[in-house]
Amino acid sequence: MLFLDFEKPLEDLYTQINKLKEMSVKNKIDVSTSIRELETAIENTRTQIYANLSPWQRVQLSRHPERPYTLYYIERIFTDFTEIFGDRQVKDDKAMVGGMAMLNNQPVMVLGQQKGTNTKTRQLRNFGMANPEGYRKALRLMKIAEKFNHPIITFIDTPGAFPGLEAEERGQAEAIARNLFEMVNLQVPVICIIIGEGASGGALGIGIGDKVAMLANTWYTVISPENCSTILWRSWDFKEKAASQLKLTSQDMINFALVDDVIPEPVGGAHTDPEKMAEILKSYLIDAINDLKQINPQIRIDNRIEKFSKMGFYDDVSIEQEVLKA
Amino acid sequence: MSSTWFRRNKQGILTTTEEKKETPDGLWHKCPKCKATSTVKELHHNQFVCPKCSYHNRINSEEYFEILFDNNKFEFLFENIVPKDFLGFVDMKPYSDRLTDAQKSTGLTDAMRVGKGKLNGMGFVVACMDFKFIGGSMGSVVGEKICLAIDHCIEHRLPFMIISKSGGARMMESAFSLMQMAKTAARLTLLAKARLPYISLMTDPTTGGVTASYAMLGDINIAEPNALIGFAGPRIIKETIKKDLPVGFQQSEFLLEHGFLDFIVERKCLKMKLAQVLQWFMGSNN
Repeated sequence: MLFLDFEKPLEDLYTQINKLKEMSVKNKIDVSTSIRELETAIENTRTQIYANLSPWQRVQLSRHPERPYTLYYIERIFTDFTEIFGDRQVKDDKAMVGGMAMLNNQPVMVLGQQKGTNTKTRQLRNFGMANPEGYRKALRLMKIAEKFNHPIITFIDTPGAFPGLEAEERGQAEAIARNLFEMVNLQVPVICIIIGEGASGGALGIGIGDKVAMLANTWYTVISPENCSTILWRSWDFKEKAASQLKLTSQDMINFALVDDVIPEPVGGAHTDPEKMAEILKSYLIDAINDLKQINPQIRIDNRIEKFSKMGFYDDVSIEQEVLKA
Repeated sequence: MSSTWFRRNKQGILTTTEEKKETPDGLWHKCPKCKATSTVKELHHNQFVCPKCSYHNRINSEEYFEILFDNNKFEFLFENIVPKDFLGFVDMKPYSDRLTDAQKSTGLTDAMRVGKGKLNGMGFVVACMDFKFIGGSMGSVVGEKICLAIDHCIEHRLPFMIISKSGGARMMESAFSLMQMAKTAARLTLLAKARLPYISLMTDPTTGGVTASYAMLGDINIAEPNALIGFAGPRIIKETIKKDLPVGFQQSEFLLEHGFLDFIVERKCLKMKLAQVLQWFMGSNN
């Protein structure tokens, strides 16, 4: 098991348990009572740590190397998955995966950014940073779903759209902008789930939905805390502060009504019990699709536009002036 | 015969143009590209384009409105929408102070102004960004003004243009600034459904979330010459690929070559070109 820095007390407890077990095997002593005690201690410590996570700690959790990625959820939640590839223009982007699948006998199109699990696949997946062809592939898949009147599910997990030379040549900005515009008008239900990192336009590029939900230990904002620190504090060292200032946690985002739901994770994060996480997510998706299918497509689109139109804060001084006059 | 103390030994003025001392601001302007000097009056008359090398100096909404609207007659719309520091964001300086400072130094309320007037007699709404206001960053006010301007165009059946000039999203508004991309794109679908033209003019610089939303969604996307236009900034790309970037990378001409612009228009031809395309767009409706 891999522990993050703030999980040090947990790591110590696990080390103690392992030592005890070794001892009992060597010396043939019964240590089951001590082990049970330690296990209770682990549960308590875990609950305590996870009840008071700082924004930066949640960012760390969202990037936990053992955290389940898009393809894991696809495999766990859906049946009859047929992966489809390519944007029909340039190439297939391995950072964006997707395909046709069944969710409880309901045909759906499912897609999302995919990260790698070891050095080799991390490179293959470009660390979950899609190029323009990834966004165009995503849109192509969504258009197929729309044509055949099947709901769309997107899983968002990216440190950002890839800032590369070829990405610029092939119009990264245009690809993302086009997706925003087209997703607004999709005739079918669209559900977007932030399962890890939700960084900036790269996340939003597949993030316009009737329901946008975040797993509890994920973040979603305009820039990563590290880059924000570099730009605004001119140093990498203020990432914790930037994370707090950005108000990027799922709880902040639901309080601001910038997302529709927060989906709880098993205590200790999705990676501690991926199967349980998949189960929770599956039931959320089934409910969400059933709800959205009840709504007339045009009303669904109107609601979508209405929802995003409300986002923003400003003062209207004309109202204030009228109040002053009165 | 006579004393030689006043005799001219060297002939002519030897100081080269490059070595000329800076002159007080407001009288003379030195072109950052070719170093030629011209009077500010001359430059203004030339729409802030260098008369020697036709370098396009950065200008603000005030100058664009003057260039575009007939007799510089137009009205500002939605000036009642002003920014506020909803999140209480503090980096090296509180966002609320940044706002007040920017408002004081620029005389603007935020990084976008909307003007409504006539271009060659045709009604026209122009939303123009001001780079001097916190780097032309896009926050809630920019997003809301665009949306209100679109509603206004739909209500009065007017063509719409956004002049982009921005470093991208305004970090101090966090996810709210990100969502302005979604918000403006969503509203633009309504303008499209109303079959009203939307022209996106990109000027130096147009980057980040602005490029990745409304700037790239025009019925026609056009740009001024030599403008920096991109998603990621050149410095970040250089750090990512660890190579020098090719000459002209992310310039308007580069984007035209790669198929992301409809055409490039020099400032002196801007009004004439816009008149042409507006006539084409609105022809069947009139």
